[in-house]
Amino acid sequence: MSNEQLNTPELAAVQIEADDEDLTRSDVILKGALAAGAVYGALAVGPYVRRALAQSGGGDVGILNFALTLEYLEAKFYEEAKGRVRANGELMSLIDLLAKDEQQHVEALAASVKKLGGKPVAEPKFDFSYSGTSGFLKLAQTFEDTGVSAYNGAGPMIKSKEVLAAAGGIVQVEARHAAAIRLQNKEEPAPMAFDEPLDEKQVLKAVEPFIA
Amino acid sequence: MADPKQLARQPVSRRRFLAVGGGSAGLAAFLAACGDDSSTTMTDTTSMGSGGASETAEFGKGDVGILNYALTLEYLETAFYAEVVKSGLFKGADLETIRKFGQEEAEHVKALTAAVKGMGGKPAPEPKTEFPLDNAKSVLELAATVENLGAAAYLGRAANIKSPEVLASALAIHSVEGRHAAALNTLRGESITPDGAFAKPADVKTVLKAVEPFIVG
Repeated sequence: MSNEQLNTPELAAVQIEADDEDLTRSDVILKGALAAGAVYGALAVGPYVRRALAQSGGGDVGILNFALTLEYLEAKFYEEAKGRVRANGELMSLIDLLAKDEQQHVEALAASVKKLGGKPVAEPKFDFSYSGTSGFLKLAQTFEDTGVSAYNGAGPMIKSKEVLAAAGGIVQVEARHAAAIRLQNKEEPAPMAFDEPLDEKQVLKAVEPFIA
Repeated sequence: MADPKQLARQPVSRRRFLAVGGGSAGLAAFLAACGDDSSTTMTDTTSMGSGGASETAEFGKGDVGILNYALTLEYLETAFYAEVVKSGLFKGADLETIRKFGQEEAEHVKALTAAVKGMGGKPAPEPKTEFPLDNAKSVLELAATVENLGAAAYLGRAANIKSPEVLASALAIHSVEGRHAAALNTLRGESITPDGAFAKPADVKTVLKAVEPFIVG
């Protein structure tokens, strides 16, 4: 499949590097989720995460570790962009804010995993290939929309009411980020009335054009 | 995808939620995990779950009560945007944004009504509303207040929802309210994340008190 066939080609370009023995389940799930997002759009990520986590027994620690991996990606992406993107003061301030928020999500999720008796996943190495402000903004939009879909998709599987409440506090902030980035891209901040994952039938329908 | 019944057909694994209304020991344990007493951590979820499902008892039992509470707020938002569109205070791109948000709130009304009926409940009646529409600036401020409040209201009740299908629908709406709030905050030159990295929930009492001035019958 060439990149031109991808719904979101910039996602396919994100490299997650890890030695085989270091490759955690969350890394693998994230790779799959990003691949699904690249081909089918961010909305396809929810069901993918749901299935992947369900198959591996997941649990709240698994869900939190997956979220942590996604937040590592976003935190790194914005932290790096601070020195890489050359843009106006308004956008640079937004990048600062997003970097700070995502880093706080990383710290809170890692602390939560530990409190539940789990081991926080290690941060993978990322390689973001984009060029210019427009390339950055396009990828940022995909990450934020994907983040919203991933949290919303995993939310109903969270067992602990407290973890669910905390995840809700994070997903709303991801949605706010998504809206702000979309406005920077001159796109509708809330393109649909429901930020929900596609069901399986709809995913299959979306997949068909890409199956050779 | 507006139909929650369609969501209900998805193979969401059934699971048991913790009993609503209690769990404060578990909450304390979780919050202690955050290891940071600053106001921008997950400790902001302290007001979660304090009243359990009974907080929305006046709107119905359990999930139906929560859905009807949300429906009442969505009715209010829909009526508000409809009046703003009619007011002639906005033109061009801003008007389109307002129109679009209003359409989305109307879709939320439809979906929540269907969800209440799907659970065998009686949808809450549409309240009669009245909003001060003096000028564009004050209307934008009111819109931002209403959206930020709406997002906080969903967040305040989401963890009390028992049905995974209802929860999936509520989450799908909650993040859209968050998007609306951030967009309106941006239009006003305000922070997109006024609560910091973790959005704060609002309890039912606070929300109902805040919208009271706009409900006339």
